[in-house]
Amino acid sequence: MSQLEIKDLHISIGDKPIVKGLNLTIKRGEVHAIMGPNGTGKSTLAKAIAGHPDYTITGGDVLLDGQSVLAMEPDERARSGLFLAFQYPSEIPGVSIANFLRAAVQARMAEGEELDATGYYKRLYAKMDLLKIDRKFTSRAVNVGFSGGEKKRCEILQMAMLEPKIALMDETDSGLDIDALRIVAEGVNAQRNGPSAPGILLITHYQRLLDYIVPDFVHVMYDGRIVKSGDKSLALELEAKGYDWVKQEFAAATA
Amino acid sequence: MKPPSEIETAATENPVVGIDQTAGNFSYKVDYAFDAGTGLNEDTVRYISSVKKEAPWILEFRLAALKKFQSMPMPTHWATKDLENINFDKIRYYLSQGQQPKRTWDEVPDDIKKTFERLGIPEQERKFLAGVEAQFDSEAAYSNIKDIVAKQGVIFVNSTEGLREHPEIFKKFFGKVIPTGDNKFSALNSAVFSGGSFIYVPPGVKVAQPLQAYFRINAENFGQFERTLIIADEGAEVVYMEGCTAPKFTTSTLHSAVVELVALKGAKIQYITVQNWANNVFNLVTKRGVAHEDAEIKWIDCNIGSRLTMKYPGVVLKGERARGEVLSIALANDGQHQDTGAKMIHAANNTTSNIIAKSISVGQGRSTYRGVVHIPKHLKGCKNNTECDALLINTNSRTDTYPAISVKGDRNATQHEASVSKVSEDMIFYMQSRGLTEAQAMSLAVNGFINDLAREFPMEYSVELKRLIDLEMEGSVG
Repeated sequence: MSQLEIKDLHISIGDKPIVKGLNLTIKRGEVHAIMGPNGTGKSTLAKAIAGHPDYTITGGDVLLDGQSVLAMEPDERARSGLFLAFQYPSEIPGVSIANFLRAAVQARMAEGEELDATGYYKRLYAKMDLLKIDRKFTSRAVNVGFSGGEKKRCEILQMAMLEPKIALMDETDSGLDIDALRIVAEGVNAQRNGPSAPGILLITHYQRLLDYIVPDFVHVMYDGRIVKSGDKSLALELEAKGYDWVKQEFAAATA
Repeated sequence: MKPPSEIETAATENPVVGIDQTAGNFSYKVDYAFDAGTGLNEDTVRYISSVKKEAPWILEFRLAALKKFQSMPMPTHWATKDLENINFDKIRYYLSQGQQPKRTWDEVPDDIKKTFERLGIPEQERKFLAGVEAQFDSEAAYSNIKDIVAKQGVIFVNSTEGLREHPEIFKKFFGKVIPTGDNKFSALNSAVFSGGSFIYVPPGVKVAQPLQAYFRINAENFGQFERTLIIADEGAEVVYMEGCTAPKFTTSTLHSAVVELVALKGAKIQYITVQNWANNVFNLVTKRGVAHEDAEIKWIDCNIGSRLTMKYPGVVLKGERARGEVLSIALANDGQHQDTGAKMIHAANNTTSNIIAKSISVGQGRSTYRGVVHIPKHLKGCKNNTECDALLINTNSRTDTYPAISVKGDRNATQHEASVSKVSEDMIFYMQSRGLTEAQAMSLAVNGFINDLAREFPMEYSVELKRLIDLEMEGSVG
């Protein structure tokens, strides 16, 4: 069973420590939610694992199927099965979603191996049907002029096509109205079953998303580490009590 | 046929950053039957003319051009001092294998076929070669007009043959669109030209298949001075395509072509170029067309590689309702300067022109857009649209835009848009996080930037263009 192990991970931006000793193991097929107030390092965690050059790993390790990914370039990490769904996906003018995904799929093939275009489109259309995405969508340039909801659907479609072992979903709910949120959540849920279901790390600020994507585990992140873990009832507790409760507990524990 | 062991591979060396641009990095040993030696004087010109068995008027034309060339100053006032590094005494002005143009593919020497193969011309494109005029060094090594084209009365020959066999057609327009003294390099070309295509399309004939030519520079220090003249008679239509890759050499090489187009009343000419010169080539080309009443001339010009390219395809809109268009793509990598643009000279009422120029600067590469749009006061109903977009990859890149648009009078319209954008780190990271390498990501970003223009290219050329960009991007990272 594929899994991602995050071991005592420390991450800095410049000289500033952001993540300070975080431990978490995500198995394929599981959905973990990380919640927490703004500025606790949730997004930093996701981007650093994906290999963003702005973040420095100062300690600990990240293992995918027992193999450390820290020495790998971002694209190597992606090809070995990591996927980051961006909070703010970049625009790529002039490149259609279909061609972008095709390049990504081609990049995963052995050297000299040619992509079977017919097979590719067949698979793309099947995924689009699964996610209820209109055929015209993939001829648009990646994220150019997209609404918030369209950008997130584009991320979900990419995830479905690339079939990662582990997907890190960074604030997937941000900027979405309730209808868009439901559609995106349906897209994620559609990928939760079957042998190719990824392990998902869902980063969110609000419990609202978890009404639609019900997690197996909920973790509360505060001041660069996980301070509390539980099942989905923890999310409801947070919703009811707010984060101050966690902050106070944390202050008491570290006092 | 030569055994593979005789293939020479030139050493890769870039004076600036050492880009390894392996494509086109090869040359073959060729026995040159005629060689004018290095340097340029009256004897060189007389030698070239005698080898080609030219009529006296052509020799006179060449000699007058030589005098012009020698008397004109270098155009350094608006380009770059790099031009001063051209050593005219070290250049070979004429080389030939002493062959007559071939008529069938079977007769083409294996060496040349091998060269085409190494150029990576796709299978579907090789099919086109049956109807191709391909230049190997300074003579056309292979020239075969497809039966259909010939039956339509189309003349498609090299410049030597054109002037010798059809003076009554070509003499009238030869050197008229671009006079010898237009600039120092058009004068140089006029003195030593050899190779290039001469095409005449009779009235009303629409050539269904694009006519193609492949040019390569194949000898060290060898300057190539092809001369092309295309005449589309009234109502005729023709598409001409030229593509270049060149082997790499460690000393500078000069390429200085002159291309003249004449579109008579209601005719259409489309001239497509995809060039990928080695990093040591000075590519100084003069291209201009005259569009008569209701005629249309379209230049699609793609410049990759070279040390310095100076090229500004132009259209003189001579007749009413004539249309001119320049679509240009330039990619300047480390150690390269692409100084390109367009010229639109409106000389009749209700003429329209369109310029879309996209440039990509990578690393220390420098690209410059230089354009002229001229609409005089006495004309009415003239329109021009100019768009210049620059893409910068890497903070050291430089791009400049010098649009000179002079629209006089109040009965004409022009619009001009310019943009500069960058490939951001975030964009590259986004693509990398989907599994694309940094080079693949850059390549995709560049291809996206030029996508709307590349779509104007015929299929096989846009494939080739994409491949060239991939190669350039590979060399620019890590």
